[in-house]
Amino acid sequence: MVRQQRISAARQLLASGPIRGCDARPPAGASGRSVAGVPAYLDHASTTPLHPAARAAYLVALDDGWADPARLYREGRRARMLLDAARETVAGVLGARPDEISFTASGTAAAGLALLGTAAARHRAGDVVMVSAVEHSSVLHAAAHHERAGGRVVEVPVDGIGRVDPAGFAPVEGTAVASLQHANHEVGTIQPVAEVAERLHAAGVPLHTDAAVTVGHLPVDLRVLGADLLTASAHKFGGPAGVGILAVRTGTRWRSPGPVDERESGRVPGYPDVPAIVAAAAALAARAAELAAQRPRLAGYVAELRRRLPELMDDVELLGDPDPAGSVGHISAFSCLYVEGEALLAGLDRAGIAVSSGSSCTSDVLTPSHVLVAMGALTHGNLRVSFGRESTRADLDALLDVLPGVVREVRARLGATDLGAARG
Amino acid sequence: MTPTPDVVDARGRRCPLPIIDLARAFGSVATGETITLWADDPAAGPDVVAWCRLRGQELVATRELPTGGQEFVVRRRG
Repeated sequence: MVRQQRISAARQLLASGPIRGCDARPPAGASGRSVAGVPAYLDHASTTPLHPAARAAYLVALDDGWADPARLYREGRRARMLLDAARETVAGVLGARPDEISFTASGTAAAGLALLGTAAARHRAGDVVMVSAVEHSSVLHAAAHHERAGGRVVEVPVDGIGRVDPAGFAPVEGTAVASLQHANHEVGTIQPVAEVAERLHAAGVPLHTDAAVTVGHLPVDLRVLGADLLTASAHKFGGPAGVGILAVRTGTRWRSPGPVDERESGRVPGYPDVPAIVAAAAALAARAAELAAQRPRLAGYVAELRRRLPELMDDVELLGDPDPAGSVGHISAFSCLYVEGEALLAGLDRAGIAVSSGSSCTSDVLTPSHVLVAMGALTHGNLRVSFGRESTRADLDALLDVLPGVVREVRARLGATDLGAARG
Repeated sequence: MTPTPDVVDARGRRCPLPIIDLARAFGSVATGETITLWADDPAAGPDVVAWCRLRGQELVATRELPTGGQEFVVRRRG
């Protein structure tokens, strides 16, 4: 009886709509700053802390969803109920049908399955995979895998703010599938997915959209987007790590590119992590309910950051779409001339400020971010600042207080002062 | 390959040092004149293009150096 009540509690946690006890405002501590242990965590686009709703659902599901959901005895059926409830919840938020949703072990795995599975099912239509030049590495790695297996890849360029021209996405002869992100992970630019989908569909070509940046951060509806496949990653929206979402719309030709078993309707092999999936669904439902209240606050931080940076320092190039309507609203990127990205990260880290960089000196391979290169942006001195539900005004203030001094210090050390004002 | 005295040789220097070298040497370039930069950092290509755009200067030519790296010729517009 107690068990039954707990299962119904878990199902309730998953039900769409506002979750009681989870205030949309950040739980600011005495300092006014947000993420425990980090004075200013501003890298929410890399990963974001577990949502309280996800934590609560996780704990319930660890107790009640531990058994094999493919088994028919009572414990198995309980796990199955939770898995089904999670699937319904995710489908509801994304405007999909439950049988269109599968869970993978990561967003990367979901993107690989989406792209390669569609290419496999449509190999008679051709061997071309089209991708934008600014896709996440998971999509580009899947495309590279397709190329190594003998297929062809066509890369579609972007403009200076990182956006594709829908006309540039005209499918070439023999295109099996195309992939266009919903929004860019480094600069936040929203892509014209619906327009591209329409053009592709006119030629009978399906579209995958990597929505890892947008799911749980702005309203995402599979059918409004017009994409045939959509993928996302739970840890990007307050779910636990280890859960990816793969949506394959009914009628889309898709075949597993690798071994299959009976799990996830034959789409994703291997034992599913039911508690983590339940937690991911709870996070997504909670995020969907909070978005309307939170988005203006985070967009305000981004707008202020973009306004103040050029006032506070010389030679800073703001990246992405200057029009807030064309951007996700919680990510902002910029590059500082004559500065190493690595030195910026280190200087900010000393002050307890966590951000990320697309500059080459911050990567292992010494090559700059392919996104910045495709945009024609300055690749050195690059920073990406990304806000999340826990972000506060104090986080932004900490960054704006510290960054100009760090930039001045690095430029002085490199002897890069007095090198002339902008435009000669 | 040995650079001539009018070449800024930033080979072996990592981002953003080649761009700083270019900017420093550019101070003595007269309007209409050019300067040549050699660099082998993978970020130099995109960053020279971006620097020219930000500074309103003209990237006249780019070529691969036979010994590795790239040559950039930049003209001062004003």
